[in-house]
Amino acid sequence: MSQDVTLFIIDRNGVKHEVLAPTDMNMNVMELIRSYELAEEGTVGVCGGMAMCASCQCYVLNDILKTERNDDEEAMLTDAYHVKDNSRLGCQIHISEDLEGLEIEIAPEQ
Amino acid sequence: MIETDILIIGAGPTGLFTVFEAGLLQLKCHIIDALPQPGGQLAELYPKKPIFDIPGYPEVMAGDLVTNLMEQIKQFQPGFTLSETAETIEKLEDGAFIVTTNKGTKHKAKAIAIAGGLGTFEPRKPILKDIEFYENEDRGVDYFVKDPEKYRNKNIVIAGGGDSALDWSIFLSNVATSVTLIHRRNEFRGALDSVEKVQELKSAGKIKLITPAEVVGFKGSARIESLDIEMNGARMNVPTDYFIPLFGLTPKLGAIANWGLEIEKNAIKVNNALDYQTNIDGIYAIGDVNTYPGKLKLILCGFHEATLMCQSVYNRINPGKRYVLKYTTVSGVNGFDGTRKEAEKAVVKSID
Repeated sequence: MSQDVTLFIIDRNGVKHEVLAPTDMNMNVMELIRSYELAEEGTVGVCGGMAMCASCQCYVLNDILKTERNDDEEAMLTDAYHVKDNSRLGCQIHISEDLEGLEIEIAPEQ
Repeated sequence: MIETDILIIGAGPTGLFTVFEAGLLQLKCHIIDALPQPGGQLAELYPKKPIFDIPGYPEVMAGDLVTNLMEQIKQFQPGFTLSETAETIEKLEDGAFIVTTNKGTKHKAKAIAIAGGLGTFEPRKPILKDIEFYENEDRGVDYFVKDPEKYRNKNIVIAGGGDSALDWSIFLSNVATSVTLIHRRNEFRGALDSVEKVQELKSAGKIKLITPAEVVGFKGSARIESLDIEMNGARMNVPTDYFIPLFGLTPKLGAIANWGLEIEKNAIKVNNALDYQTNIDGIYAIGDVNTYPGKLKLILCGFHEATLMCQSVYNRINPGKRYVLKYTTVSGVNGFDGTRKEAEKAVVKSID
């Protein structure tokens, strides 16, 4: 059985949650947020994970994450609101074992 | 006043398929949708992306699924009120409903099927001073291309970097006097053939590209006359008749949220043990817009919900009237337009 990883997610009300994420279910951070209902249903993952809505925008708060924004993500974030240097789209961050300890904050609604 | 049996709110796959199932039961449908074309998310958000979980289709393009659904329902002659959103609902004493849109179009129906998906798609608007003024009364800012002919022999500026900005630039380059496409980056994101086509039209001088740039203001007293554009810190002024920002759409549940329906997690609660009816008798909710224990937002679930709902509406409209489920293979499909589809008869013939 593969290892779960622990992530820290600050919701839109500023509350920090420690959550366990499976690494063997092909999940991404947007889906993890939805599965723990850390944002109101319908306000995150609106496009289903196609990097087409930015409703799952997150700010990455530590240096655990090694991947960079991909092209689709970069294009979407160009048009999104509330974008910072550490913005990522949750739907484009694949949950794997090297995410242990990742801390993110969910960006405000678009 | 438009009159129908079932008024469907939302022209996505679930709403469209409802027309078919209703038609088999001799029920007529009319569909309202906020977008200028049917198909909902599939047409607006990802027409060129494949779907792999429609039963019987190993792979189907979202746009093709919409085309197929339109073909499947055409003999039942659904009516469409497009580019309008359902605003208010009134229940009459005889149990019928009157739904009025934001443009004042009235629809009378015996039952309402809300198939609103994620909600009404509202355009994401650029944050610009005075833009509201130019949005109204044809003063030059449009968020949708509803009627391409409107732009014939006009100068237009399109802003955006995605498929709709690319595809409308391509289409309108044959209609408008000039098409200028502005984007904040040099890179565009869309289907490969769209990006290549824009490249081709740019080289042929039929589309003017301004990147990386942004519209920062307007000029014009009665209507738009020109746009102020910032490119690499420098300002320029581009004369135009129309400015069409295509920055994507955000779904909002909209006015339906005020209809007295029970809402949970931004979705409408329904009775999934029976017929997907809401807390208001005669109003149903099907597809992504509803919620119940175990709900999955899948197109195939929407099709199932639509089918069961139509049976319930039949019983509501024809109380006590006998009916048994018929198979289309056995009974064929009788259209309201007089057409009939049926299985070819087997031959009964001896073989010597």
